[in-house]
Amino acid sequence: MASQEMEQLVRREYKEGFVTDIESDTIPPGLDEGTIAFISQRKGEPEWMLEWRLKAYHQWLKMTPPSWAHLDYPAIDYQAISYFSAPKRPEDRPQSLDEVDPKLLETYEKLGIPLHERAALAGVAVDAVFDSVSVTTTFKEKLGEAGVIFCSISEAIRDYPELIKQYLGTVVPVADNYFAALNSAVFTDGSFVFVPEGVTCPMELSTYFRINAANTGQFERTLIICENRAQVSYLEGCTAPQRDENQLHAAVVELVALEDAYIKYSTVQNWYPGDEDGKGGIYNFVTKRGDCRGDRSRISWTQVETGSAITWKYPSCVLRGKDSIGEFYSVAVTNGRQQADTGTKMIHIGEGTRSYIVSKGISAGRSNQSYRGLVKIGPRAKGARNFTQCDSLLIGDQCGAHTFPYQEIGNSTATVEHEATTSKIGEDQLFYCQSRGISEEDAVSMIVNGFCKDVFQELPMEFAVEAEALLNVTLEGAVG
Amino acid sequence: MLEVKDLHVTVEGKEILKGLSLTVNAGEVHAIMGPNGAGKSTLSAVIAGKEGYEVTSGTITFEGQDVLEMEIEERALAGMLLGFQYPVEIPGVKNIYLLKAALNAQRAANGQGDMPAPEFMKLIKSKIAEMKMDASFLQRAVNEGFSGGEKKRNEILQMLVLQPKLAMLDEIDSGLDIDAMRIVADGVNSLRAADRGILLVTHYQRLLDYIIPDRVHVLVDGRIAKSGDKELAKELESRGYDWVEEESAA
Repeated sequence: MASQEMEQLVRREYKEGFVTDIESDTIPPGLDEGTIAFISQRKGEPEWMLEWRLKAYHQWLKMTPPSWAHLDYPAIDYQAISYFSAPKRPEDRPQSLDEVDPKLLETYEKLGIPLHERAALAGVAVDAVFDSVSVTTTFKEKLGEAGVIFCSISEAIRDYPELIKQYLGTVVPVADNYFAALNSAVFTDGSFVFVPEGVTCPMELSTYFRINAANTGQFERTLIICENRAQVSYLEGCTAPQRDENQLHAAVVELVALEDAYIKYSTVQNWYPGDEDGKGGIYNFVTKRGDCRGDRSRISWTQVETGSAITWKYPSCVLRGKDSIGEFYSVAVTNGRQQADTGTKMIHIGEGTRSYIVSKGISAGRSNQSYRGLVKIGPRAKGARNFTQCDSLLIGDQCGAHTFPYQEIGNSTATVEHEATTSKIGEDQLFYCQSRGISEEDAVSMIVNGFCKDVFQELPMEFAVEAEALLNVTLEGAVG
Repeated sequence: MLEVKDLHVTVEGKEILKGLSLTVNAGEVHAIMGPNGAGKSTLSAVIAGKEGYEVTSGTITFEGQDVLEMEIEERALAGMLLGFQYPVEIPGVKNIYLLKAALNAQRAANGQGDMPAPEFMKLIKSKIAEMKMDASFLQRAVNEGFSGGEKKRNEILQMLVLQPKLAMLDEIDSGLDIDAMRIVADGVNSLRAADRGILLVTHYQRLLDYIIPDRVHVLVDGRIAKSGDKELAKELESRGYDWVEEESAA
């Protein structure tokens, strides 16, 4: 993406945002039918949407939180959470960078985040940052000409009810899991993308640019649809550290790819991991799934996970269409007392389906990390193929790495390969670099980035550069 | 330039060097020879700062600086560079990236900024040609999948780029066929300079047919048992190490 375009996007989103219509009211903690009715009403939703939410809520009441993950955290009190809080008003936010925590600014500096973005990321009142030149129109026009719809999920529910009814909850059903059910009941924000038949989206779509709102959506809901021969690349998240008073995050992302469609979904996640003792960090329980419905469709997940106290996340692909392709490229870094249980599921249903998994886990400090992957080959998936490579790198001797690969092969013509390695960051590698005059810290970052290279090269360019910087910041002080 | 005095080193409680002394002056090539297990590689490893070696007594100074007080990278930045017997593989890190990082670390230590990319590429191209290496080496991960000979050439390539004041080469000839050895030896000979010291650690005399040393030292049981000129190496070739061991025991 040209930097000029980026600039335009930045301005556009920060100027206009997606949630400007919400007044500054908040509801007290607690969850019941009244809470859901309140959310639905605040969002100006039609009756059928409220019913959908309530159905999800009743489903959720019957469910119990999953306990199989290799994670250790106290039980969450769902009645102690506030399910709707409007963003801070501009006058309550810092008026300039001088009022922002210098430590935060230092991190932005290290990540190489452009100056004009730092203010917005730090939550400085938007009007104080950008002039009022509206480039919204040009941005919307460009997408509009191509026929691409990109808006908030709330807008989509109001403006494109038929598409929502047709697709919402069809990839991740309401009853899929505990957190998905909760999300379905109470989601407040998220994105909607629709790329019509034969269209390649003219720009990379990103939520990066609307992080300005203090409330980025504790329960985000994202739905992306690519019709036949349509293509889109979507970027989610931000390398800048994000703090949030909401500890629990439970997002749901649904992708639908029809015939010959291609969806590339990239995530950089850097939520607050908590203090040295792991207190106060974000719990991130995410359900992400892509449905390759059409023949020869392709869905690719790339993620760089460095934040959160707890990560529970398995971006998956359901390979229904003949010769469809699912990909998962992941780098997960844990330090301090972070815990991550992450991986993917590749469900091969159609003939000749292929999946490719590359997972790189880096554990430092006293953190714990698990890769959990399922490759399932159905009886009709003749000639299906999977390749899994799953590598763990340990830094220090107080961290842990675990691999839980599951394979269910229901078809004898399938080929499934799994490679896994666990290595300690080699003292001999460090010595080799240092004996060339390279400092220990630079040597660690060089070795770690080399370890992650296969995944980084899948990221869009501007993300890849920031992801490298992010890794270095995350692992600062991990050695020695 | 380099002065090692009465150096005692233990590894895992076992004394390997037992009072080694050695002086290397600028412009000289010294060869350290000796039977297996005599402590040849230990010497260069201790000078470079490898962990796991405990210096129980003695001193190492380089241009008047106390080497034992310096961090590993400080030693390299001061101009002491070790060519490894077994160069380490670093998956995913391009060879050219390591070279650039090392060169720029050196420049930073000298108060210079990063070398501009065109200048760097020009430098690297001339050096890889000198080592008769293909440019594709630069894009490959450091030492990953390199043959023994390629790894050793890569070590010399780094020396040619970084231009150390003291080049230490640990068994740089091991595992090389005769053609590769010639290329490596040519590289080392091109490093010879009035302001540079070279320390060669080798088990076999044959390397010294290509790199003529100024001084040859025979290391036996943790000490230098005998020193001489290039003729000493030839004598060792024909007589083996036993007679030196016997002589030094007597």
